Amino acid sequence: MKTMVPTVEVSALKDTTMLNMGIFALFVLVTMVIVFRASRNNKTAADYYAAGRSFTGSQNGTAIAGDYLSAASFLGITGAIAVNGYDGFLYSIGFLVAWLVALLLVAELLRNTGKFTMADVLSFRLRQRPVRIAAALSTLAVCFFYLLAQMAGAGSLISLLLGISDWGGQALVIVVVGALMIMYVLIGGMKGTTWVQIIKAVLLICGAAVMTLWVLSIYGFNLSNLLGSAADAAKNPNVLNPGLQYGKTGTSKLDFLSLGLALVLGTAALPHVLMRFYTVPTAKEARKSVVWSIWLIGLFYLFTLVLGYGAAALVGADTIKSAPGGVNSAAPLLAFHLGGPLLLGFISAVAFATILAVVAGLTITAAASFAHDIYANVISKGKADPASEVKVARRTVVVIGILAILGGIFANGQNVAFLVALAFAVAASANLPTIIYSLFWKKFTTQGAVWSMYGGLAAAIVLIALSPVVSGAKTSMIPGANFAVFPLSNPGIVSIPLAFLLGWLGTVLDKRREDAAKQAEMEVRSLTGIGAEKAVNH
Amino acid sequence: MGNEAPTPDTASVDFQEVQQSPQFHELRRRHRSFVFPMAIAFLLWYFAYVLLADYAVGFMSTKLWGNINIGLVLGLLQFVTTFGITAWYVSYSNRKLDPVAEEIRHGIEGHEFDKDAVKGLAQ
Repeated sequence: MKTMVPTVEVSALKDTTMLNMGIFALFVLVTMVIVFRASRNNKTAADYYAAGRSFTGSQNGTAIAGDYLSAASFLGITGAIAVNGYDGFLYSIGFLVAWLVALLLVAELLRNTGKFTMADVLSFRLRQRPVRIAAALSTLAVCFFYLLAQMAGAGSLISLLLGISDWGGQALVIVVVGALMIMYVLIGGMKGTTWVQIIKAVLLICGAAVMTLWVLSIYGFNLSNLLGSAADAAKNPNVLNPGLQYGKTGTSKLDFLSLGLALVLGTAALPHVLMRFYTVPTAKEARKSVVWSIWLIGLFYLFTLVLGYGAAALVGADTIKSAPGGVNSAAPLLAFHLGGPLLLGFISAVAFATILAVVAGLTITAAASFAHDIYANVISKGKADPASEVKVARRTVVVIGILAILGGIFANGQNVAFLVALAFAVAASANLPTIIYSLFWKKFTTQGAVWSMYGGLAAAIVLIALSPVVSGAKTSMIPGANFAVFPLSNPGIVSIPLAFLLGWLGTVLDKRREDAAKQAEMEVRSLTGIGAEKAVNH
Repeated sequence: MGNEAPTPDTASVDFQEVQQSPQFHELRRRHRSFVFPMAIAFLLWYFAYVLLADYAVGFMSTKLWGNINIGLVLGLLQFVTTFGITAWYVSYSNRKLDPVAEEIRHGIEGHEFDKDAVKGLAQ
């Protein structure tokens, strides 16, 4: 039974390649037209970076959900559950629970104190130059890792639709798709990104809901039956239990813990998510938008559980792993199994729009951070004219886009959710300690911030470079080499505590004191919303 | 676009005076007495779950009914607590934080906390 189904699937997929692509292209085209039409009247700088602070909490919450539910959530988690069973579910839980850190500790306070970028908040009461440079560099690093994952996801998706399974062909697909996405960002700019996010969040959640109900209906709306069928298809009852992927050795168990830590602490430190808090007029709306996004994201992650086990039961882990796009192809293959080329085309288009929107958001965040924080404020010391700042921003888009495409080629075949977890680890290490300290610790100093950000950033990146992700294993980016002296594939468990420690150490060893008046202003602003709140009335 | 005040009329405010006012102490106390214990609680609960899934595989694999095991139920309970804490925080903020914050804002806007020199000018 199990071997019968897969062979039928893959050949059927090849037969309808043209149809798959046609439907896919149509959906992408329609989405693009809507986006360009919806985003025509954006003109000022505040429009550009913060969409004029004109979005309501629920609109912004939907956009946050759109930003957050990237290829990692849809393709990555579904694939992880389909192939590794219960261990994949940790992604869903970690990605969701993490929002409580954002809701309780960060979102409103940040909205009340900042303007456009994360660096605005971090350098509020500390010395501008060193903190701004550090924050901008960590923003670039996080965006790079996040982008790399999206590129790998886009490559998987298009390879599956076109039926390309050799490495060179897939690399070419990543280059072409990546280049198209960068073109879109350069032409469209931030203009439609929020609308892309809203539209695609709605499409993604609806599409996932339809597939979830469809899968459940096959099993008489009985979750236990679905799970049983998934275990039968895998011929392994352990897919329902934890430990299939991470339970093998003491090291892999530690890796699971490290992943769990990075997931829960990463969200509140992601620069492109933080930037979204500035698109609402007040802290109260920021709170509302986080609440909205928690409901939407939570709902979606419940779907991923059904979709993942549904793909395991109906498509089969072996078929998924051997399909073009590998583990990331579980969700599209499930769509094809359920609804044929039509559903496959629709779901792939939604996934593609997802990736495109996230890529746009990320590259804009990276470009804004470089152009605004490093070029305008540091290199030309605030004397840059807006035209040259925009020019720098565009060049940054191209450079970071090329880097992400190259990284995506090497990361091809890795689970997208796993790759995004690396971005989470970098964000949690480089940014979170400084965000928390500067909001809650009166004595925190510039030296503490700089030590924590550079220390956390360097530790996370060096440990990833020396981990099995990059070398030393069959699935590594450079399988031929072996310089993997760090055994864990997620660095969080080392780099995050280290960054917190460095922030504390740098502060207590700092002989300079920060401006008490600025600290008072930041604390009063963060809790009361004075100043920021005022903007509504204008 | 540095950190200039979003609105110019806070330039005259003595924020240190606000910071030391009893109202602000109360606001900070209410905020921290909710978010800190809550953050510690959900992080402990989350890591308890992660550690159980990691090191107590046998326990988590115990079947409760049908193919539903303890691991799945605890995982789904993480969703429930996340939704619950979210709703609780919103209601707490609306009842306990927003009114005090608004009171302080009105105080500042009514020039109660202006720096002395500016206060003199205003009168």
